[in-house]
Amino acid sequence: MGTRFAIPPETDTVSGKARSSASPRIGERSSGLIQQARLSGPMPWVIAIMTALTVIATAAGLSLANLAENARSEIAGGLTVQIVEGAPMERDRQAELAVTLLEERADIARVRRVPDAELHALLAPWLGSEVGSGDDAIPTPALIDVQLVGDVTGASLAELRESLANSVPAARVDAQAGWLGPVFAAISSLQWLAIVLVLLLAATSAAAVWLAARSALGSNRDTIEIVHLLGGNDRQIAGIFQRSIAMDAVIGGGIGLLLGLVAIVLLGRQFARLGSGMVAGGGLGPADWLYLALVPVLAVVLAVLTARVTVLSALRRML
Amino acid sequence: MMSGSDGAIVQFDNVGLRYGADAEVLSDVSFTLFPGSFYFLTGASGAGKTSLLRLLYLAQRPTRGVVRMFGTDTITVPRGHLPGFRRRIGVVFQDFRLVPHLSVSDNVALPLRISGVAEADIRKPVADMLAWVGLDQRAGAFPATLSGGEQQRVAIARAVIARPEVLVADEPTGNVDPDMALKLLRLFEALNRLGTTVVVATHDVHLLQKVPDSLIMRLDRGRLSDPTGALRYPPRRDPAVL
Ligand SMILES: Nc1ncnc2c1ncn2[C@@H]1O[C@H](COP(=O)(O)OP(=O)(O)O)[C@@H](O)[C@H]1O
Ligand SMILES: [Mg+2]
Repeated sequence: MGTRFAIPPETDTVSGKARSSASPRIGERSSGLIQQARLSGPMPWVIAIMTALTVIATAAGLSLANLAENARSEIAGGLTVQIVEGAPMERDRQAELAVTLLEERADIARVRRVPDAELHALLAPWLGSEVGSGDDAIPTPALIDVQLVGDVTGASLAELRESLANSVPAARVDAQAGWLGPVFAAISSLQWLAIVLVLLLAATSAAAVWLAARSALGSNRDTIEIVHLLGGNDRQIAGIFQRSIAMDAVIGGGIGLLLGLVAIVLLGRQFARLGSGMVAGGGLGPADWLYLALVPVLAVVLAVLTARVTVLSALRRML
Repeated sequence: MMSGSDGAIVQFDNVGLRYGADAEVLSDVSFTLFPGSFYFLTGASGAGKTSLLRLLYLAQRPTRGVVRMFGTDTITVPRGHLPGFRRRIGVVFQDFRLVPHLSVSDNVALPLRISGVAEADIRKPVADMLAWVGLDQRAGAFPATLSGGEQQRVAIARAVIARPEVLVADEPTGNVDPDMALKLLRLFEALNRLGTTVVVATHDVHLLQKVPDSLIMRLDRGRLSDPTGALRYPPRRDPAVL
């Protein structure tokens, strides 16, 4: 079997370089040190599913936030003054007076009486085209659209009502946000739901990544100990694992982001087809897409950190 | 480099080792190893040979006593310094410890990769080393497809590829026929002549006579005796020879 008893001279040239305690990466083939399951293993797929779900939940939360924000800013300072008076002449007089009084106030940005024609057009679908014209016209209130400088508060509403009460007895003052209150409450609940979902998914993903890193460590424990005993330092050994798990996480996170985005775009198209102004306010802005793109990045960071902490704590138990 | 007993490469002082709450498996072990010498560690099965070697290749801390390697107290040295010491020690494990999913040549290359040797400088030494242990035809094979003796030779090639200053071999001839055992011993001797301090644990007393200049340490139930006077009258070799 050809065993010769001369030391190969080449080993001599190697020895000089093999003495440092530095921590070079263990060659480009180092990832071969760990048994790779790669795409056949569960790790990338678990991360893909978790990423997709997190992306969808995050998108839902963000678009609900946008929806609420848009609606709120449109109507936050909005008031409606109705002049509920059956006699047309008196109604017109009080409406004119109310507009004049309101325009004098410093805390009011804009006052606009909704023209009767516009009002009738709005009501026509429900009350018929005969509304408001002729003797048998159904009496409709005069509508005044008021935009406050700031937001409408209970105090500002009460104060306004009082100041109109004497000279404009037929005036009814309502905050526009008032009738949207239940909608905001529902949106807010949905937002909380989305936040809780994102948190739960993040926690589950973290646990899944942690378990995967632990099991990869367990099945490679012997290899870790061998590399450790041959002089591999903690940073090298953790590095091997981090690179291997980072690969899995990048693949899984990429697939997950893709799946999540496809779902969001399809859903977005369906909502856009509803043509509702309110739903249109729930679109995603550039910053929101950036947040979504951050989800897989965070998954990778989380996977790598878990692998690192797990491997290092196992190594600390060895001498 | 600071030094204990002048020129010593390994120094054990009153070393004791116990596993958990059991009785000590090593007690009051004191000895000094000098560079370039060839030592046998012998003793019955269960006497504590593997335990002593594990202390020597820094896999284990003693329960008490002092272990100095290369002139440094390894008990008090920061943990981060130990990998540097381990790279100066070649180990043939009793159970080989080959990485099962790496080929024979990747297993042998492992110490060089850990030390950061460039890939271009790895191929030839590995090929030469495999030829040296007669396994050049099996370079691409995986450990599971090798016989016990072949695995042992891979383990030996891996232990010596980086030309360690100390070679520790735990029953390295346990799985091979007497002819191969002798060949492997000659291999250790060749390495020893190049300056490597060799420590071979064996329970095979016939092996001891095969290396003329060797020194013998005997373990008896965890205590060290000294049949060749290796410990009382250690050889003083000029370190400059290295
Ligand atoms: N990891 C361990 N845990 C507990 N006891 C051990 C361990 N390793 C060895 N021993 C015990 O220590 C004693 C010495 O074992 P060992 O060093 O393997 O002896 P040898 O190599 O000479 O056969 C034995 O009694 C063995 O059972
Ligand atoms: Mg043993």
